[in-house]
Amino acid sequence: MVADDPAVAVAEPKAPASSLSPEIQIDLYRQMVRIRRFEEKSAQAFMRAAIKGFCHLYIGQEAVAVGALSVLEARDAVITAYRDHGVALARGTPARACMAELFGKQTGCSHGMGGSMHLFDRAHHFYGGHAIVGSHTAVAAGLAFAQQYENTGGVTLCLLGEGAVNQGVFSETLNLVSLWKLPIVFLIENNDYAMGTSVSRSSAGLPLVNRGSAFDMAGRTANGMDIEDVRAKVAEAINLARTEHLPTLLEVNTYRYRGHSMSDPDTYRTKEEIEEHKKSDPILLYRRKLEGRQVLSDALAKQIDADARAEAQDALTFAEQSPEPDLDFAFSLRFSAEDQIDPIPRPRYSDI
Amino acid sequence: MAKITYRQALNQAMAEEMERDPSVFLIGEEVAEYQGAFKVSQGLLQRFGAKRVVDTPISEAAFSGLAVGAALYGLRPIVEFMNWSFSFVAFDQLINNVGSLRFMSGGQFDLPMVFRGPSGGGTQIGATHSHCPESWFAGVPALTVVSPAFPEDAKGLLKSSIRSNNPVFFFEGERLYGLEGEVPDADFLTPIGEAKVCREGDDLTIVSGGYSTHVALSAAEALSANGKEADLIDLRTIKPYDFDRVARSVRKTNRLLIVEENKPFAGWGAQIAYDVQHRLFDWLDAPILRVTGLDLPQPYNGKLEAQVLPNVERILAAARQLLA
Repeated sequence: MVADDPAVAVAEPKAPASSLSPEIQIDLYRQMVRIRRFEEKSAQAFMRAAIKGFCHLYIGQEAVAVGALSVLEARDAVITAYRDHGVALARGTPARACMAELFGKQTGCSHGMGGSMHLFDRAHHFYGGHAIVGSHTAVAAGLAFAQQYENTGGVTLCLLGEGAVNQGVFSETLNLVSLWKLPIVFLIENNDYAMGTSVSRSSAGLPLVNRGSAFDMAGRTANGMDIEDVRAKVAEAINLARTEHLPTLLEVNTYRYRGHSMSDPDTYRTKEEIEEHKKSDPILLYRRKLEGRQVLSDALAKQIDADARAEAQDALTFAEQSPEPDLDFAFSLRFSAEDQIDPIPRPRYSDI
Repeated sequence: MAKITYRQALNQAMAEEMERDPSVFLIGEEVAEYQGAFKVSQGLLQRFGAKRVVDTPISEAAFSGLAVGAALYGLRPIVEFMNWSFSFVAFDQLINNVGSLRFMSGGQFDLPMVFRGPSGGGTQIGATHSHCPESWFAGVPALTVVSPAFPEDAKGLLKSSIRSNNPVFFFEGERLYGLEGEVPDADFLTPIGEAKVCREGDDLTIVSGGYSTHVALSAAEALSANGKEADLIDLRTIKPYDFDRVARSVRKTNRLLIVEENKPFAGWGAQIAYDVQHRLFDWLDAPILRVTGLDLPQPYNGKLEAQVLPNVERILAAARQLLA
C-alpha cells in the first residue's frame, strides 16, 4: 500500500482499504485541493500585478505539507522556507490572512510586512516563512531546543527545499540536533530544482538523505506524490522525536509544475518532463485511490472542489478590499514593548 | 559598594538574572566546562547546570540561529561570542533573523536576547580578531547596541539587556575585563539609552564609549594639567545614544570631539556629528572633530597597532585644534 519507489506509487482502482478513517482521508484530500485552488488564484493575481515581489507556488507539492502536517499536534512547531503558502494553509492559517499577506495588506497574517515568502502565524505555532536558503534550519533547532528546555512534549517540523542542504548552516545544525538529541524532524522537499539548478548539478553524495548519516541521524525517504506515504513516514519520525528525542532527516521526493517563482521563465527543463510528472499528480492520484476505496464519491469531490474555489475567491475578495498598513504602524513594529525595564528611547534618526 | 572587576560584574549580572528568571540561559563556545574563554562565565555551570549553561561546538551560525528560535519560542538566551570578530560567520542570523523576524512577522514575535562578548583591538591578535563592529550592527533598525566602559555599568546594563524584550548587542573588551571599579551591592539596573558624565568641564565636550572612554579620560586629565577642562560623556549605549545629554554639554562648551575605536567611515561618531551639526549648528564655535581607529586592517605589530587605535596623542592634537 505504501510504496518506497515512486514508480510503483500509482494507485490502482480497488486499492486496499486504508488504516486511516474515511474522515481523515477526505480531509487530506480536501486540504490538498484547498491549496491547489488557492495557489491558482494567487497565480492569477500575480499575473495581473495585484501580488508583487516574489511568489513561489506550491502547486504539485501539496501532498508534502498536507501529509506531514496532518500528524502534528497543536503544541508542535512548524517552520519552513519561502515556498510557504501551502504550509501555512495546511497548518490552519486562514486563506483570507494568507491571501491578504500576499497582497501586502494590514489584514495579512504578517500585517503586510512579510509578503509571500514570510507568512507567520504565532497562534498556530507557525514560525514562518523564511527566505534566506538554509538559514531557518538553525532557527528550527532553537524551537526544538526550547520545547525540550520547557519540557512541553512538543516537537518541531522543519521543511526545507533540497537546495538548502548545501548551505553550511544546515550541516552545522544537523550536528547540533543530533549531538543534543533535540525533538525535531527535518523534511527535505526535494522537487529536483533549486531555482534552475537540478539536484544532480548541485549535490554530491545522493540521495540527499545521506546527509544525516555523518551525524548518526535517522534517515527516511518518502514519495511526495503519495500523501499517505508522506503521512506515514512523518508520523514515524515525529513519534521518534516525541518519545525518544531523536531527530530524523526525511527526504521527500516531489515536483513543482510551475516555475521556481512566478518570475521564472522555466527554461531549464522540458515541457515533456513537466507533463510526465503531472501524471503522478498527488491530488489526482489520491482522488483515484479514494474513489477506488469508495471513500470519495464524484459528487463529494465536486463539492470539495467548489468549496475550495469559493474559499480562494473569498480570500481574494477579502485581500482586495483590505486596507494597506501605514508607516506609523510599520514603525510601531520595530521594537517590543518593555515590561521588565524602563522604556528605551527609540528615535527614528531620519527626522532628528 | 564593593570593588570588583568588569569581568566579575558581568558574571554577577548573568548569575543574578539566571537566578531571577528560569527562561534565561547562556550559550556559546567554552562557556560551561572551560568556565569561559575569558572567565566571564566562571562558576555558572556549577551553579545552574548544563541545561542552562550550554557549551557549543564551533558553529556560530548554528548556535546563533538556535538562540533565535529559542527566543521566538519565549526563552531569553544570552549568546556569548568568544570574540565579536567571530560573529561574522553568523552574520545572516544576526542581520536577517535577529534584525528582521519581529518586523516581518508583523510584530507577532519578541526576540528577548543578548549577544555579548569582547570586541576591539589593543592586544596584538591581528586583523581578524580585532574588529569593532558596533556601528555595523547599529545600522540595523531593530538592534540595540550597548558598550559599557566601567564595571558598574557593565553589570547594570547587562542586567537591563537581559530583561529587555528586544535583542541587545553587548560589546565588552578584552582590555576591560580586568579593570576594577566600585559596584553597588544592592540589586540595580542601568538604563539603556542613558549616557554618563565621567568628568565635567566647560572648554570642550568629548563623547566616547567602551574602552575609548578610558583613553579619552587620560587625555582629558592631560588637558586639565594644561588648564583646559573637558566635559567627558561616556555614551554607555551606542544605539539609541543619549542625544539630549550630548546636546546639553555642547550648548555649554560649544566644541565637540568624538573618540571612537571604529574605523572612520560611517563609525557611530559620524551619526552623532551629523545630528549635532544639524540640530545645534548655531551652538558650535568650531567644526566637530572625530578621533577614530585609522582606516587600516588592524596590524599585529604593537607600535603600529597603538598608532592605529585612538590614543592620547591624537586626542590631544584634536583637542588643541578645537580649542585654537
